[in-house]
Amino acid sequence: MIWNENIECASRDSMSQLQTERLIRTVKRVYHDVPYYRKKMQEVGLVPEDIRTLDDLVKLPFTTKTDLRDNYPFGTFAVPMSEIVRIHASSGTTGRPTVVGYTRNDIAMWAENVTRSLCMAGVTKNDLVQVAYGYGLFTGGLGLHYGTENLGASVIPISGGNTQKQIQLLQDFGSTVICCTPSYVLHIAEVLEEMKIDASSLKLRVGIFGAEPWSENMRRDIEKKLKIKAIDIYGLSEVMGPGVSCECTHQAGMHINEDHFIPEIINPETLLPVEPGEVGELVFSTITKEGIPLLRYRTRDLTRLIYDKCECGRTLVRMEKCKGRSDDMLIIRGVNVFPSQIESVLLEMSETEPHYLIFVEREGNLDTVKVQVEVQEQFFSDEIKELQNLTKKIKYKLESTLGISVTVQLVEPKTIERSAGKAKRVIDNRKI
Amino acid sequence: MIIKQLSVFLENKSGRLCEVTNILGEAGINMSAFSIADTSDFGILRVIVSDPDKALQVLRNNHFSVNLTEVICLSCPNVPGAMAKALNILNEEQIPIEYMYAFSMGEVANVVIKPTNVRKCIEVLQKYELDLLKSSDLYKM
Repeated sequence: MIWNENIECASRDSMSQLQTERLIRTVKRVYHDVPYYRKKMQEVGLVPEDIRTLDDLVKLPFTTKTDLRDNYPFGTFAVPMSEIVRIHASSGTTGRPTVVGYTRNDIAMWAENVTRSLCMAGVTKNDLVQVAYGYGLFTGGLGLHYGTENLGASVIPISGGNTQKQIQLLQDFGSTVICCTPSYVLHIAEVLEEMKIDASSLKLRVGIFGAEPWSENMRRDIEKKLKIKAIDIYGLSEVMGPGVSCECTHQAGMHINEDHFIPEIINPETLLPVEPGEVGELVFSTITKEGIPLLRYRTRDLTRLIYDKCECGRTLVRMEKCKGRSDDMLIIRGVNVFPSQIESVLLEMSETEPHYLIFVEREGNLDTVKVQVEVQEQFFSDEIKELQNLTKKIKYKLESTLGISVTVQLVEPKTIERSAGKAKRVIDNRKI
Repeated sequence: MIIKQLSVFLENKSGRLCEVTNILGEAGINMSAFSIADTSDFGILRVIVSDPDKALQVLRNNHFSVNLTEVICLSCPNVPGAMAKALNILNEEQIPIEYMYAFSMGEVANVVIKPTNVRKCIEVLQKYELDLLKSSDLYKM
């Protein structure tokens, strides 16, 4: 079923017209209502009247995660706080999270986009949807929750973790749809296997997975182990949350809800648009959002766009599965981790420049993080228990900052490779 | 009575101890006693050498995490019950010990002790007239 056929199957001309009208309106609004955007536009000599067509989009300055951080917490909000009905946050490049605010209309728009996504995945109002994304500041849980209710399906808001309980509900409630990170569903599949529960005895038929990169191999693995159709959903809290785009049952790229988000692909080095169909960094301009409208927001995700009509009948442009990042952000068990966060924790603990190396591995289906830290002389103690306390202290501080569990290994000074340019801080051994 | 012991942080990987001994050997530094404390990830080499200050310098120059720790060396007769006698005294006088290691040669047994409070430990052992080695004796061994 197509939830909003008028939009999702619109001709390119009528979509462009709708996008143009909404873009012009958004630019006018942010110029007048958000000092931050007015300043940015004035710096490049732009006035709202300069933006008349979609081709004018490239004249606008980019927005980045750093801009959101610099205006922490609410500096990029375009409406008074009395209009904001919900706040979410994701991890930022340093200690501060990236904060986003939603108006009542934003929440409704988000629910609409998630509902469209669920329909793309083949979910109907007769389904029981087990939402195993985390509920809280993270957008996954509540995003899927509202979209499911909006569709009229039954939502099971179990949130993330507690695998035994997940399995119990899959069995007892007969959930037909599960939403979580792809690595977590593989973990559930493993536990099912250990418990000798045959996946075909479950009623599960569709899985909607996102919040971290996953490969076609992983998809095949999930589909085979759980005997379901595995659908990729994309989103980021800055732009909205899950449901910015989603695959249909043809699994041939994620349909972008482009009546709300205009996508562009740029070369991350030159910042110029790439040739149509080429891979580059995905950039979004939100054209209906009220809480935080974003103009040309750099997602750092690398992908390409497909404008051909999909077999499902939708004309919405599709984006391929993300191929990587143009920055050093790691996505570990759905959590964004920046090496700079680890650095700032270590800096707090010593006077000197910290030398560290992050190893990311995939053990079974769960990502693990090991941080090697050089033992500088000011850290070094002759006693084992002191060094073990130090390890524990670093581990505790890292875990409370990053929000994921890590192991810490002390290594000798100067064993971590120094480089003249940008230090190599991450060794990612995951085969995704 | 205080002896300077060298403590070196070592990762658990092959060849590290070998490298430390090579560096000390090339610098003409003799080792009188050592022990290694180990965990699954790392170890600490504790060593008594002929010239602790010079050893500290050469190891630092070779990028080892190293420091000097104050320990004492108790010398007792190499006979049954000698160690028990010393430990009973420390126990009764409530002198906590972080770690110790020992070596015996002929008539005598030497025990390197790292007490939490070095000065207090020396005081107690001297009160009971136990034999403590001077650093000059030990470094020459």
